[in-house]
Amino acid sequence: MSDHHEHHGHHEHAEEAPHSSFKGYMIGFVASVILTAIPFWMVMSDVLDSRNATILIILGFAVVQIVVHMIYFLHMDFQSQGGWTMLSLIFTVVLLFITLFGSLWVMYHMNVNMMPSMMGGADGMP
Amino acid sequence: MSSAVQTYSDTTSAVFGRLTWDSFPFHDPIILGTFAVVALGGLALVAALTRYKVWGYLWTEWFTSIDHKRIGVMYMILGIIMLLRGFADAIMMRLHQAMAFGDATGYLPPHHYDQIFTAHGVIMIFFVAMPFVVGLMNYIVPLQIGARDVAFPFLNNFSFWMTASGAILIMLSLFVGEFAKSGWLAYPPLTGILQSPGVGVDYYIWSLQIAGVGTLLSGVNFVVTIVKMRAPGMTMMKMPVFTWTALCTNILIVAAFPILTAVLALLSLDRYMDFNFFTNDLGGNAMMYVNLIWIWGHPEVYILILPIFGVFSEIVSTYSGKRLFGYSSMVYATVVITVLSYLVWLHHFFTMGSGATVNSFFGITTMIISIPTGAKIFNWLFTMYRGRIQFEVPMLWTVGFMVTFVIGGMTGVLLAVPPADFVLHNSLFLIAHFHNVIIGGVVFGVFAAITYWYPKVTGYKLDPFWGKCSFWFWLIGFYAAFMPLYVLGLMGVTRRMSHFEDMSLQIWFQVAAVGAFLIGLGILCFLIQLYVSFKKRESLRDESGDPWNGRTLEWSTTSPPPQYNFAFTPQVHENDAWWQMKQQGFQPPKEGFLPIHMPKNTAAGMVLAGLATVFGFAMIWYVWWLAAASFGALILGAIIHTFNYKRDYYIPAEDVATVENQRGEVLA
Amino acid sequence: MSNAVATPAAEGGKLEFLVKGDHHPAQGTLLGFWIYLMSDCLIFASLFATYGVLSMNFAGGPSGADLFDLELVALNTAFLLISSITYGFAVLKMQQNSVRGTMGWLAVTGVFGLCFLGVELYEFYHMIHIGAGPQRSGFLSAFFTLVGTHGLHVTFGCIWLVTLLLQLRKHGLIQENKRRVYCLSMFWHFLDVIWIGVFTYVYLMGSMV
Repeated sequence: MSDHHEHHGHHEHAEEAPHSSFKGYMIGFVASVILTAIPFWMVMSDVLDSRNATILIILGFAVVQIVVHMIYFLHMDFQSQGGWTMLSLIFTVVLLFITLFGSLWVMYHMNVNMMPSMMGGADGMP
Repeated sequence: MSSAVQTYSDTTSAVFGRLTWDSFPFHDPIILGTFAVVALGGLALVAALTRYKVWGYLWTEWFTSIDHKRIGVMYMILGIIMLLRGFADAIMMRLHQAMAFGDATGYLPPHHYDQIFTAHGVIMIFFVAMPFVVGLMNYIVPLQIGARDVAFPFLNNFSFWMTASGAILIMLSLFVGEFAKSGWLAYPPLTGILQSPGVGVDYYIWSLQIAGVGTLLSGVNFVVTIVKMRAPGMTMMKMPVFTWTALCTNILIVAAFPILTAVLALLSLDRYMDFNFFTNDLGGNAMMYVNLIWIWGHPEVYILILPIFGVFSEIVSTYSGKRLFGYSSMVYATVVITVLSYLVWLHHFFTMGSGATVNSFFGITTMIISIPTGAKIFNWLFTMYRGRIQFEVPMLWTVGFMVTFVIGGMTGVLLAVPPADFVLHNSLFLIAHFHNVIIGGVVFGVFAAITYWYPKVTGYKLDPFWGKCSFWFWLIGFYAAFMPLYVLGLMGVTRRMSHFEDMSLQIWFQVAAVGAFLIGLGILCFLIQLYVSFKKRESLRDESGDPWNGRTLEWSTTSPPPQYNFAFTPQVHENDAWWQMKQQGFQPPKEGFLPIHMPKNTAAGMVLAGLATVFGFAMIWYVWWLAAASFGALILGAIIHTFNYKRDYYIPAEDVATVENQRGEVLA
Repeated sequence: MSNAVATPAAEGGKLEFLVKGDHHPAQGTLLGFWIYLMSDCLIFASLFATYGVLSMNFAGGPSGADLFDLELVALNTAFLLISSITYGFAVLKMQQNSVRGTMGWLAVTGVFGLCFLGVELYEFYHMIHIGAGPQRSGFLSAFFTLVGTHGLHVTFGCIWLVTLLLQLRKHGLIQENKRRVYCLSMFWHFLDVIWIGVFTYVYLMGSMV
């Protein structure tokens, strides 16, 4: 009896619309502009000597900007749709990492083992 | 070199593309004979349907239906038809291999034999196992969660027709052109345009792409249905186990099929536009195809087996008269398998040469996945332990499954050891292993499910005698057909061979052929069972809607359930909701019915899928104008469909009252 | 919903087993569309993985450093980012129930989408013209496919946008249309998220070879 249902018959299709505001969109937009401009500047003007450091930093900016988009444009939070959107996002991100880094890892090792001559040629002995 | 028949032409015409008179198999007596039989059978069927004026009925009540129950039944029928085709391929292979020793060449030319083993694999996975599994989920899940339909009923109809469209294309390849000769996963560079210039691989690509769209959409549909449409009070941990496994399966579908779509698209770009993804030169890497397709392929086997685990859970607890042992461990095991299934794909190509680190990682994850699976077996055993077991036919299949599947699982763990896999890779041991889990798991499970839920669908039980015959033929036939393959595999015989020199091996293949013949008798008994049960339907009729003293909500409706499933949405308090309702002396209400909001039937799904079939056919045969026209029509049709806002109607309360009170009279 | 059928209970308290009254299950379109986007995301994951594996397979042909014009990419990134914020304004107007405002901002969004596509087509045309087409090497096959798939999505988004404008003109801001505006907004912002991955992983990192 205590199990009251949240959906009332007369409220035709009560929907969980995302909560958006002008302020939210502007924060997201300004942050995105900054987070886009810095990596472009770093690469186009060769700011750092170290290639690896640049890559790490621009990947970091990309991750932050993706989070910004998720929060301010896609309105992700732990409540919407009973948490299912966030759960599916986390699951997808995990699978994305598995697919991406799994493939790179597996294929890199295959290239090293099976085609050493194509891996820079330094250790090209059979 | 075999004189492989060139069933494609080197030049393409503007009107017919690659399609010429040579594309039709007039030169091949076996195919021509098959074609004659199929064509005559088809004509007879069309004539009969016209004679008895059932076209209108089929169109309004079935083809355009968005009722999940009707769609579920159509999936099952598609599965049965394609099972016959896939089995015909199997028995042809077994017969050929039993004959083709030494000087004897067997009766199939190599290029034909290669098409047969490819078609067998593709059909059995995509157009038998998948329709069966999706069909079961379609019929049962909404009933089990107390819903009136799925979340997107039109999409459901469209998904079915897309699957059927893929099946039609693959059947067409039998008579127009050829099918792929590459094995069921079509590895490049063999499937590249240089090595396979014919239409076979294109048939493979487009039938899977089109059916894949259907599968993906039905995956989305069912995730939302299960998440959003459960009856009030049915929290996640009060869902029936079959629904839980269906949820996990559909999550896997949504997460795995995009990868198949992507990898097949890349292969198409290689073949159609000379891209260099998987070619041997200009920087292509064929092993990337193998890597990607198995990232889809391994979850795919769990897509097939998880719902079957759910089926056995329902059956074991119903026929043991007990609540399922270890419900929450069952749920956690399912979830763990869902996640782990993404971390094992490399075990399909240990021999690729990724080295010890990579191979040991994937070997270990593969062994770990057997732990939750083992937990499930113990849960079923403990449910049966001290239960009041009724040995109905579904229970026979279940016990047969438990014994057979455990053997298949053990050989799987053997193959998970990389050094052992280096010896057994691509051998008949592997073939025996995966048939052991797919037949012993999925097929036995599907037959158990059909027998278990048949009275719900039709209102009468299946005849147990022919069911038992079918079971025993299948069980004995399976062991006779595949145990010899284990032995042959250990002796080093590789898969996909169309001729053997070593005469000492022949006896094993002959035993296997006898096994395949016994399985054929099992299928025949199943068909006889359907016929006999229909003839004896009055004596087998079940008036109660609950013939097995079931536990979950689907048994609370009449058999077959009314179009709207539930006149009142159930309120759930516990696991095994219907069992609790019976315990508390629940009586269905006789009055107070309200109009019920239902979606309307539509022909849009069939029309769009029909256009997709034409598009696929045109792409396969390079008929560019037709491809462009049908694709344009497809997009336009989809857009026009979105302009239709009036997609639902109300069933008046009086109609509901009439249906429900008829039921009351029957039960009284 | 409180007037449920009182069912005779065998023992103890009474339990209701039926929801008496009209029961509407929750609307699932937004969640369903989100789940579809997640599956789309995994298509892109496969393409990114393929690009990652083939990104050094130049086969003697040009590399990203030879081909990419980062100024053009920056311009395109700006187009897409601006179209994201204008879509946001459309949603805000819709929440104020202004059909004209919604349609106006949607049209602006579509224009920026078309600008993005125009620049991308120019880039592709230029690369094919100088002999760096997708057939040239594994790297270029993967590049064209990944970026092209994103472009196809934007194209599809534009077609959808035009359809939606027609539907808004015909029916106004009814419930179904609002839902569609939300779905397309998820699609549009999702494409911008993918583009962040593309410009970072493909263009910026590719220019540093």
